[in-house]
Amino acid sequence: MLSHNENEAEAAGGHEHPAWQAHHFYSGAQQKASVKLGMWAFLVQEVLFFSGLFMAYFAFRYLYPDTWLAAHELLDWRLGGLNTVVLLFSSLTMALAVRACQLDDMKAVVRYLWITIGCAGIFMVVKYFEYSHKFHAGTLPGKWYTFDGIEGGAPEVFFAVYFMMTGVHGLHVVIGIGIMLWMIFGPIRKGKISKDYYPLVENVGLYWHLVDLIWIFLFPLLYLVR
Amino acid sequence: MSSTTGDLAPGHEHDHHASYLTATKGVASWLFTLDHKRIGVMYLVAILTFFLIGGLAALGVRAELFTPEPDLFTGSQYNRWFTVHGAVMVFLVLVPSIPASLGNFFLPLMLGQKDVAFPRLNLLSFHIYILGALFLIYTLISGGVETGWTFYTPYSSTTDSSVISALMGAFTLGFSSILTGINFIVTIHKMRAPGMTWRKMPLFLWGTYATSLIQVLATPVIAVTLFLLMFERTFHIGIFDPALGGDPVLFQHFFWFYSHPVVYVMILPAFGVISETVSIHSRKHIFGYMAIAASSVAIAFIGFLVWGHHMFVSGQSELSGTIFSLITFGVAVPTAIKVFSWVGTMYGGAIRLNSVMLYTLAFLFIFTIGGLTGLFLAVLAVDVHMHDTYFVVAHFHYVMMGGTLMGFIAGIHHWWPKMTGKMYNEKLAKFGCLVVFTGFNLTFFTQFVMGARGMPRRYHEYLPEFQLWHQLSTIGAFTLAAGLFITLGYLLLSLKNGEKASKNPWGAKSLEWETESPPIEHNFVGQVVCDHGPYDFDEIDYSRG
Repeated sequence: MLSHNENEAEAAGGHEHPAWQAHHFYSGAQQKASVKLGMWAFLVQEVLFFSGLFMAYFAFRYLYPDTWLAAHELLDWRLGGLNTVVLLFSSLTMALAVRACQLDDMKAVVRYLWITIGCAGIFMVVKYFEYSHKFHAGTLPGKWYTFDGIEGGAPEVFFAVYFMMTGVHGLHVVIGIGIMLWMIFGPIRKGKISKDYYPLVENVGLYWHLVDLIWIFLFPLLYLVR
Repeated sequence: MSSTTGDLAPGHEHDHHASYLTATKGVASWLFTLDHKRIGVMYLVAILTFFLIGGLAALGVRAELFTPEPDLFTGSQYNRWFTVHGAVMVFLVLVPSIPASLGNFFLPLMLGQKDVAFPRLNLLSFHIYILGALFLIYTLISGGVETGWTFYTPYSSTTDSSVISALMGAFTLGFSSILTGINFIVTIHKMRAPGMTWRKMPLFLWGTYATSLIQVLATPVIAVTLFLLMFERTFHIGIFDPALGGDPVLFQHFFWFYSHPVVYVMILPAFGVISETVSIHSRKHIFGYMAIAASSVAIAFIGFLVWGHHMFVSGQSELSGTIFSLITFGVAVPTAIKVFSWVGTMYGGAIRLNSVMLYTLAFLFIFTIGGLTGLFLAVLAVDVHMHDTYFVVAHFHYVMMGGTLMGFIAGIHHWWPKMTGKMYNEKLAKFGCLVVFTGFNLTFFTQFVMGARGMPRRYHEYLPEFQLWHQLSTIGAFTLAAGLFITLGYLLLSLKNGEKASKNPWGAKSLEWETESPPIEHNFVGQVVCDHGPYDFDEIDYSRG
């Protein structure tokens, strides 16, 4: 791969460029800008993916306002709040990882990524306890709903929305963990990340902040209904 | 450079200036290529293959409708046939058609680049496309789906046919579409040749850009919708199924929030192709460059606000029906600006009446009818009468088949010499175009008539008074198929014994014509600079004006 790149440089008139630069870009700056714009475009589609879930939430909340109020009481706002704090803190450590790239301190990058992964793990453990509690209580979507104690129509729809929203969000957290592990054992270990080229870390950061941001909306909408 | 590089240099140097078709050999060098041109060609082959499958399903449907009685299929079988036709044509043919094949091939060339911004993502999008296609093929083999390509709930969440694999197919294909969109947006924003400002971009790229915006903004919404529907079917969670407290109209809102904008994903690249062909084959600067460019983006924008016009009889409020109807009329404005600009381009031009131009004219004629009948359907009261009749079927075939696919075929003919390095038989091409045009109008114009007289869509038997119209339509469909087979025939023949194409057979000005036919592996020798507009033709005979 590397020698291929060098051949390109030779063919293009022998001008030198860093190993990380792909042959079809004019300059490293152009490549960095492209990689970041690509990530932003990807995040836009992520937002629109979640928009369907948010619209479903508002449509059903409009249809069943009383159920929504009653059903949210069955969620534990303390656990939700704990997870909010954990995710916010992980966003901080993620930002610190990006800063460590700028300072060319790769050990710190890895350290901050591990802390972020740890926070994501805590988030998923808390989610596990929340979910298993609901499986016991029977506050489940659709035909699985067996709980007896909510007045008003269609409480199972609230839990359908709850499980789909938090489930898809949780899936994104798990994917985030995977990407961060890949960062640590792939590009960083191979020395492909440096002060000169770290858009990959920045992009993982952008993704992680979006995952955090979506939770910032999910938490009040699901746990703090008024 | 290292000594290894030195050893490789002679062979490598040779490869550099070899055509992209022969630079490397073997099946793997195609299936895992990062070359946008090869990916474009593979998309083209795949799309045309599925076009054949979808087309054969359409012929099956038309054959059944030759007589008023059920001859070939039961009702359930008929449902499966038109669903195969619709789902294959929409998800595997129309959505990727122009952007994934011609777009992939020509976007970097027109920008004067070596490749798209993310070549690996580009290959991934093709592999995802194939994966999605396999899901749909599995659906076909395992008995098909009865829901129609729209997957309306609650039928799709309760009927027992292979809905899940069909949904997986459409869901997967969406990601292929999104990745292509992201790639094109970044490439157009960040990778234009020095001197190529936004106003010097060929209009095909404006069309592709507007398309990419919709792909990125609308496709995720259908993805989450199909995702919810899969959960609904598997776990009975009750989002869309009214029996479980869900809301089927919500599904329709979600579905059309994607599926209306996606018709502009289909048609905008065709607009782009026509903007190229009409100007180049009239040898005259495009009329209203900025108007055409801006109207593409305007259509993409307004296209997001009209989804409710598919739901006039679904029980949405009269107020929202009226608003959706009004905005729908708004789409006609930028569209008409384009049509007038194309006609204005031809006026006083030195028109070359070759097959590309014939397909361009066919597009203008057919698309205008398709667009205008869309206005009939945007009228609330008329739509209540026309809803779910053959009038609607004829309308969207006039825009989708007559618009997108005529544009696609025009583009294939226009760029065939560049892609393959061969010229096709022009006489056969003209004859083929005539057959396609005749067959198309016979197939679908008759459907306007029977639709207006009340023939409902999606029925395999009908009242005897519609028989004449149905028979004309069926004869038209087989004529159309014959025309398309003629086209396929001479195009394939040209690969074998076509005349060798020159660099720039049409005398065009955009950058893709400045490299060899077929292009070399890395597109251009050295760095390309753009020092003129794409339509700056110098041989305009104003005396004819």
